[in-house]
Amino acid sequence: MSDVDTIATPRSLAQKIIARAAGRPVLPGEIVTCRVDLAMSHDSSGPRRVAPMLAELGAKVWDPSRYVIITDHYLPAADDESRNILKITRDWVKSAGIEHFYDGQGICHVVLPERGHIRPGMMIVGGDSHASTGGAFGSYMFGVGATEMLGVLVTGEIWLKVPETLLFEWHGRFAEGVCAKDVMLFLCGRFGLDGGQYQALEFGGSAVRALSMQERMTLANMSVELGGQVGLVAPDEITQAYLRQAGVEVDGAEMARWQSDQGAPLAAHHRYAAADLVPQVAAPHSPANAAPAADYGGQAIDVAYLGACTGAKLDDLRMAAQVLAGRRIAAGVTLMVAPASRRDQERAEAEGIMTVLADAGAQFLANACGACAGYGQYRFGDGVRVMASTARNFKGRMGSAASRIWLGSPYSVAAAACAGEIVDPREFISTSMAAFPPTPFPRKGVTAVQPLTRHPNDDSLPPRGGPSEAA
Amino acid sequence: MTTRVWKFGDNLDTDAMAPGQYMKSPIEELARHCLESVRPEFAAAVRAGDVVVAGKNLGAGSSREQAPQALKALGVSALVAVSYAGLFYRNALNLGLAALVCAEAGSIVDGEPVVVDIRAGSISLPAQGRTLACEPMPGFLLEMVMAGGLLAHLQQRLAAQGKERR
Ligand code: SF4
Repeated sequence: MSDVDTIATPRSLAQKIIARAAGRPVLPGEIVTCRVDLAMSHDSSGPRRVAPMLAELGAKVWDPSRYVIITDHYLPAADDESRNILKITRDWVKSAGIEHFYDGQGICHVVLPERGHIRPGMMIVGGDSHASTGGAFGSYMFGVGATEMLGVLVTGEIWLKVPETLLFEWHGRFAEGVCAKDVMLFLCGRFGLDGGQYQALEFGGSAVRALSMQERMTLANMSVELGGQVGLVAPDEITQAYLRQAGVEVDGAEMARWQSDQGAPLAAHHRYAAADLVPQVAAPHSPANAAPAADYGGQAIDVAYLGACTGAKLDDLRMAAQVLAGRRIAAGVTLMVAPASRRDQERAEAEGIMTVLADAGAQFLANACGACAGYGQYRFGDGVRVMASTARNFKGRMGSAASRIWLGSPYSVAAAACAGEIVDPREFISTSMAAFPPTPFPRKGVTAVQPLTRHPNDDSLPPRGGPSEAA
Repeated sequence: MTTRVWKFGDNLDTDAMAPGQYMKSPIEELARHCLESVRPEFAAAVRAGDVVVAGKNLGAGSSREQAPQALKALGVSALVAVSYAGLFYRNALNLGLAALVCAEAGSIVDGEPVVVDIRAGSISLPAQGRTLACEPMPGFLLEMVMAGGLLAHLQQRLAAQGKERR
């Protein structure tokens, strides 16, 4: 096929970004070498791993202005090994001349776009599986291991097999109390952890278009749980507005360029009515164990964990506050909150959200990964039952192999904290935070003081409660 | 040398291979806890040359390359699975640990002897009296694995560039 033919053929967003980075038109299935625009590592996968290998090779970072380092996994340092890893990171950043280093500013996937490093159309690698978060901005960003990162740092290049695209369209509007996290848990439950087959997932439709950037970041983030290489959302005015706030100007021509063409080749095209989606909860020990929250209703919990790149951004904290305003957490439950970035925490403070959470009884952790990866001092013991806003609940990930983690949205985590058990959070959402005077949470069997917000379609849903796919 | 099969199911995740708690430890120590949450005897009983066989989506989850690195440190000589999580697959090959895709991996029995020919992409099972074919690996990846992984490959590449300059 000549270049002219290839160009005339409708192409997916993934193809377009890869073509730019490869310097030629590409077709799904081809293996190509791409120039990398940006690389990012955190304290666990970064300098401590790549610096010794670089030294062994006698090589330097191809472009120190394009390698961003962010500390998050070992903060706050709980022991000498963690302190040592952080010291190696800080020392190396200086000696290697790294221009962009964010120390103690929050979780890497949230800090990177927040500080204006991502723009649509870029080819980006990150030393972490959830690097896919960057796809929310219409960039081709994906996770790599430390040795692969070494290859990028030495050559400025990476190989790729051009993926096929799986398009997920959500049309209409999500119901109150239903959010991006529910979308991803639902899709994990429906398609399994390998549903994405290391292809490009793309999210679209009017309901996705209406989502904030941080909500789109949750879609892209958890695309990895679905087995995708990337999770893309094409840029629009919402992207543009977010980026402007981060100091990045993207013009209309650039936005128009980074869209999938009508008729682009798709490996699968799924369409859903957003209004049919109900809050989802995934039972231990897999995100694929997702079902409507109500199916797990009554499951008692010990800890509610509001944290992680996928579950404690400003928008996530806002959702939790909508539930927690004027309420107290149940006796015997610990609510831990680790705001995803320092900047998000400051904004949450300015909005009064931190006060709402504190008044409800939350304990605050640093702006870091906290308990999510089980690396630090927060690890859950035998038998501890946790409702978490994190992305994965594999056996033993957050502590003892005998601890149990359920996954849900920030709404669901906050509601479970109040109820002391898993509940459908829609029963507990205040439409206006200020509208609810402080009242103790109604215990089971007591009439709720808030009206039940049920979606009219609920009754017509299939037994597992998921939206059915439109033809 | 007789090498044995260690058989696992679908979606075996990297948190299990490289538990978070030991991620700050040297690889030898981390490897002692490899897969302990799913098969506690594995790290102590696995022998040099043994082969890990799994179902679909081997290596789901975290990008931590200590997962394949721990398997390698314990002497695992090759991976055979119906399919892999893409990130884990790349990590394994980058570390010089062969990862073969075999649609019939499910018919391999836990504990049985096995001979894996990485270059040919075949798995022979003497006890079953048959040989399974694997999907061919792209040539450049096969070469990288045979060279010992990406680091060794880069060493060769940089050495070649150095010669050119001289
Ligand atoms: S918050 Fe959790 S999922 Fe996100 S980068 Fe940290 S450890 Fe990974």
